[in-house]
Amino acid sequence: MNVIETRDLSIGYGRKTVMDSLAFDVRVGEVLCLLGPNGGGKTTLFKTLLGLLPPLSGQVRVLGESITGWSRLAFAQRVAYMPQAHAGVFPFTVSEIVLMGRTARIGRFAIPSRHDRKIAAGCLEMLGIAHLGECIYTAISGGERQLALIARALAQQPAVLVMDEPTASLDFGNQIRILGHIDRLRNQGITILMSTHQPEHALRVADRIALLAPGSIAGIGAPKDIATPDKLAALYGVTEDEITAYLPARALPN
Amino acid sequence: MSAKNAALPPVPAYLLALLGIVAIFMAAFAFGKYPVSPSNLLRSAIARLTGGSAGLPEAIEIVIWNIRLPRVVAGMLVGAALAAAGAAYQNMFRNPLVSPDILGVSAGAGFGATLGIFFGFSLVAIQITAFVFGLAAVGIVYGISGLVRRHDPVLVLVLAGVTVGALFGAGVSLFKILSDPHSQQLSSITFWLLGSLNGINSRDLASAAPLVLIGLVPMVLLRWRVNLLSLPDEEAAALGVDVARLRLVLIVAATLVTATIVSIAGIVGWVGLVVPHAARFLVGPNFSRLLPASLLLGAGFVVGTDVLARTLVVIELPLGIVTAMVGAPFFLYLLAHTGKTE
Repeated sequence: MNVIETRDLSIGYGRKTVMDSLAFDVRVGEVLCLLGPNGGGKTTLFKTLLGLLPPLSGQVRVLGESITGWSRLAFAQRVAYMPQAHAGVFPFTVSEIVLMGRTARIGRFAIPSRHDRKIAAGCLEMLGIAHLGECIYTAISGGERQLALIARALAQQPAVLVMDEPTASLDFGNQIRILGHIDRLRNQGITILMSTHQPEHALRVADRIALLAPGSIAGIGAPKDIATPDKLAALYGVTEDEITAYLPARALPN
Repeated sequence: MSAKNAALPPVPAYLLALLGIVAIFMAAFAFGKYPVSPSNLLRSAIARLTGGSAGLPEAIEIVIWNIRLPRVVAGMLVGAALAAAGAAYQNMFRNPLVSPDILGVSAGAGFGATLGIFFGFSLVAIQITAFVFGLAAVGIVYGISGLVRRHDPVLVLVLAGVTVGALFGAGVSLFKILSDPHSQQLSSITFWLLGSLNGINSRDLASAAPLVLIGLVPMVLLRWRVNLLSLPDEEAAALGVDVARLRLVLIVAATLVTATIVSIAGIVGWVGLVVPHAARFLVGPNFSRLLPASLLLGAGFVVGTDVLARTLVVIELPLGIVTAMVGAPFFLYLLAHTGKTE
């Protein structure tokens, strides 16, 4: 069973095709990690899957249904997006930020109910930040904001969680912490599609890895088959020796 | 526990605001050329309600019902409306520094209304031209901020607003020069540009209040979703909001409210900037609480400053001058204060 299926998909902006002939699936309950150089099309792909950018041609199916003609609401109920954290403008509390994830689940003119607040509180709990609920979102640390944004995405109760470089711009401890949370979410059956610039992070949490070379997918499969020094070297345009010298031997598959 | 706190409005803050409004309301009657004491006010009100006689001099009755009351109601309407519009603009443009004044809406609506006065339009027609030009102003400002992507968007929005506002201001000055100095036209344009509750009669109120209410309806209905507009557009979209449509609805609503007020009271500055700030400081940024708090504080702020405008010196000062004198230092204080805590 697949959460997302793409067939013969080409994506891009207007006349500019960024990737074409895409045909990959995101399976239920897996963590699929996208690796690739900047400009490889990760952001374009995410935007397309979130319905923020129409596909140029081809098919995207979410839970077996074609996304053509879906409303914003329909997308938000199935695909949740965890963006890279930003400070925000107004001093909302962390609880309020997480409650915003309930927007797609309540009426157009409604405000979140007690039930929604319970769900939001549960999501905070799940990420171990229940104590931050009443803190001001603009005043907490970058790592805590990242966790709050994951909680908000979970509050959408989506079929799949799309994470855009969840470990970017975090210190070492917070990177480890976020990866631990991703691992735990996976163990609870949540499907995750994420991108990262660090192969060792992909190796730490991914069930499968996809290599996004500019224009196409250079490979997709189990980490031990995909994140090999020769393939990473080709993907990033460096030598195999440089890869093995940089990544600790035990992180790499053998 | 945390979720419960986030949901319940802070009752004491509302209670305090409500008490403050009642006090200002009383003060608005008690101060002026013909002071009306709270006890006389109460007696007259009870007499009106029960159909009896308050036993007060005729002059006091006239002051209460024909002079003060329309003026106090006008102040509440002007203040509540401008504060609500300001809160909505700040949220939807993700920018705590915008307001009907800074976005050029007031100047645009002012230009439209000046045009109407110059050509001797009826009040309804003046309201329509004010709305159209107010909408045009904010449309141009928003359009520019969409086109100029190389600079900080917050800065571009403010600068574009100031620029467009200055342009419409120049247009207003042009019509001032062109207008006939010997007729009422010039003085009415001038006085009205400084903002005043002086000329508002109950007929003006009756025509403005429904328009303000119509503008407030979408703000009330969409009070939760408005919050999401303060996120980056793509994030709000991914959370299920049709960003462009929601923003359009709110721009039209807030501009209708602003233009309606400009067409009856002129350009009363600072209310739309200062009051939402104070309200956010008291109840937080959640629009479902920020909106009622802004409405209450705005009503109190304008009625209060109008009392000052009437009583500070021998002649009556234009309201816009007093709101600026009170609003500007208050805004600077808020800037300094919030800078320290965050």
